[in-house]
Amino acid sequence: MTTPSNTPPAGAPDLANLVCATCDVPLEMGKVVASYLGQTFPVELPRCPRCGFVYVSEDLASGKMLKVEQALEDK
Amino acid sequence: MDGQRVKGWEARCVEEQPPACTTACPLHLDVRAMLEKMKSGDFVAAFAVYTRAIPFPAILSHICDHPCEAQCRRAEAGGAIRIAALERACVEEAVGAVRRTAQTIRKPKRIAVVGAGLAGLTAAFDLAMKGHRVTVFEADAHPLERLVCDYAAALPSSAIEVDLGALTKLGVEVRCRSRIVGSDGPLGLDTLIATHDAALLALGPGPALDFASVIRLTDAGRIAIDPNTRATSHPKVFGGGFHGAPGEVYSPIGSVADGRRAAASIDRFLQGASLTASRADDGAAASCLYVNVAAHDPKPPVEPSAPEEGYGPAEAMAEAARCFPCRCMECVKACEYLKHYGAYPKRYVRDIYNNVGIVMGHRKANRMIDSCTLCGLCETLCPNDLSMAQVCLEARRDMVESGHMPASHHDFALREMAYSRSEVAAFARHQPGHSASAMIFFPGCQLSASSPEHVERIYAHLAGRIAGGVGLMIDCCGAPAHWAGRRDLHDEAKAQLRQTWESFGKPQIVTACSTCLKMFADFHPEMKARSLWSVIAEIGWPDGPRPAVAGPLAIHDPCSGRHATEVQRAVRDLAARLGAGVRELSGAELTTCCGFGGLASFANPELADKIVDRRIDESAADYLTYCAMCRDNFARRGKRAVHLLDLVYPATQAGDPAARPDPGFSRRRDNRARLKARLLRQLWGEDMNDPVPEIDLVVPEPVRAAMERKLILLEDVARVIAHAEATGKKLKDKATGHVLASLKVGDFTCWVEYEAAGGKFVVHRAYGHRMQVEAKP
Repeated sequence: MTTPSNTPPAGAPDLANLVCATCDVPLEMGKVVASYLGQTFPVELPRCPRCGFVYVSEDLASGKMLKVEQALEDK
Repeated sequence: MDGQRVKGWEARCVEEQPPACTTACPLHLDVRAMLEKMKSGDFVAAFAVYTRAIPFPAILSHICDHPCEAQCRRAEAGGAIRIAALERACVEEAVGAVRRTAQTIRKPKRIAVVGAGLAGLTAAFDLAMKGHRVTVFEADAHPLERLVCDYAAALPSSAIEVDLGALTKLGVEVRCRSRIVGSDGPLGLDTLIATHDAALLALGPGPALDFASVIRLTDAGRIAIDPNTRATSHPKVFGGGFHGAPGEVYSPIGSVADGRRAAASIDRFLQGASLTASRADDGAAASCLYVNVAAHDPKPPVEPSAPEEGYGPAEAMAEAARCFPCRCMECVKACEYLKHYGAYPKRYVRDIYNNVGIVMGHRKANRMIDSCTLCGLCETLCPNDLSMAQVCLEARRDMVESGHMPASHHDFALREMAYSRSEVAAFARHQPGHSASAMIFFPGCQLSASSPEHVERIYAHLAGRIAGGVGLMIDCCGAPAHWAGRRDLHDEAKAQLRQTWESFGKPQIVTACSTCLKMFADFHPEMKARSLWSVIAEIGWPDGPRPAVAGPLAIHDPCSGRHATEVQRAVRDLAARLGAGVRELSGAELTTCCGFGGLASFANPELADKIVDRRIDESAADYLTYCAMCRDNFARRGKRAVHLLDLVYPATQAGDPAARPDPGFSRRRDNRARLKARLLRQLWGEDMNDPVPEIDLVVPEPVRAAMERKLILLEDVARVIAHAEATGKKLKDKATGHVLASLKVGDFTCWVEYEAAGGKFVVHRAYGHRMQVEAKP
């Protein structure tokens, strides 16, 4: 879950072009805490280095993240 | 889940019961498995199955009295399988191909068998296979002397040689011309008992007075033998074999079974085990396996081209292929859900029980439990009325109560239910101008969501024809909570319904929805709810111009109305009054679910699609339904379908009603809210603002379809955009100018990619996740 897959859905935004609208700075990979059903994991995700706005791509949400969610739900 | 109940459910599924041929065989030969191998031409594998049960394959394939054939269910469809002839063909093709080797045991025992008939030699074989040292004493000059005489025509000497040769190879010593007598001496019974660990007297017909001093005899002078264990009065001595008693008919396979039973007792005795506890060698019995013989076309037996030689390999394969084979699988054949998981209810019940019992670990059956539509078809088809719906529902309740229900499975459906029950959509009123209601119309949330104009029109009809006031109650019956195993939510919905009903003076409830009707019958029997269709059958359709009906319609009954025969009759009668030519699909009792039942389409959308697609494939005709959800699910999968009310009222919008698209979840919500606002304003003069979205969205069709699949509503998207625009919390794509923003909607984080254009917002993408992410400070 630390790196987005190389095959994003068609037309998905390119990470290099994303900027935080509030802080007007490009996103950078940084430490993020992901949590679900009481379990937490440290992961690396693109985020705004100033305000901490975290970006979750569709590829990640419907791929690895979904798999982890389902695995946790079946625990 | 209660373990005893689970055992009861498992016992109802007969799929694992042996077929009639196997239960009729005293040795329980697995004829079905043997024939499966033969039909594919694998005679060696078939022979291996045969020899697992049969000690002397060459001999028995010639002389077995085959009680199996008399019980074969193929007899009811063309003629019993010629099992005996197939066994012979199998032995001809594969004899010698399977080598049977004895077990090696540390301390083999010495066992004496008196009598080299089929029973004695079978016991010798079985005990030698267990690793014991067996000596057979035979008075005559040759073993199997009586078989040689009685079956001279059928039994070639080569067959005897083959099987006796195999017995010798196992280390069994056969001493002929060795008559055992009652007195002392080298061949005396006392000596035999003293020099062996156990003895079997498999004597054949005639009295055994000679042994009276050692073991107890019957009044007829025969050895007194316990029929179940073959024990005699002497603990080391067992008895068996054909006794020639009056009325006893000699049976070769019976004789083999007799020897096997005695050998099993001897083995138990040698191990110091109980002779009676949990014995499986209980001989022939009736089969409880249900077989739907009528589903198979009759086929006569294959006649061998050279009868005296029996079947050749090709003929044997063709005859073996006539075996159905006997299986139940009635529910699995009819249900896409039960088929999908590759087994049958007995296994599923065990899997589900194991799943529920897991304390720590992966609960693999969660999705399976939540994928059942709870439609009840299995129970209708099952010869023992096993209901997987009941099993799955109890498991769901257990999962909810133990905190193990996956949140994502029912979250959306329960939010839908909450919406339907909320102030935005739900209300109840007496008929305008009335202060009491003799009847209250409860359309159900799906008709209000799918075609709200039908609710308005049919309500006007009821109110105009029925005296005493017809109230209107737009609400949810609580089915989604019930299906999700959420007793708490269901109880809450039930209590509120009861309160409303009581406050309206306990009027007669009339519902347009089969699920609501069933829910009322099951949980509010005192309300005595009736179907709208039964009521209209009494009061008649409204007058007025009718839409044209194109072509014959195939009628699909909703699964929740499977047993509502009065409603089914009323609907067919009402369709006929409208001039619709209606054909049956499977018939109402065997109807299948549209995929919505049991919330299957939320827990497992792919499987729910397969379920509805299978129903769609049953007929090319347009479908007639009387459940709004069924109609919309057919439409969603591209099937032309009309609701019964589409045949009554001309469409408000131009177009073919059978081609009306599925409104989708967002439109359904919108329809419910607008229906309430419109009805309150027009009928009751109450002002309620139309729920106009604050944000003007433009959603291209592919994006809308993707949102529908992902269960994302337009209002969720509107909230995300409104929040982003108000707070400025969003990302910008420098290359495209698009904006990306997210917001938590319940437990779901919804992301939207959009762009502002001329005061509107064009939605390019919407998706979401349940996991939360936060940057570390």
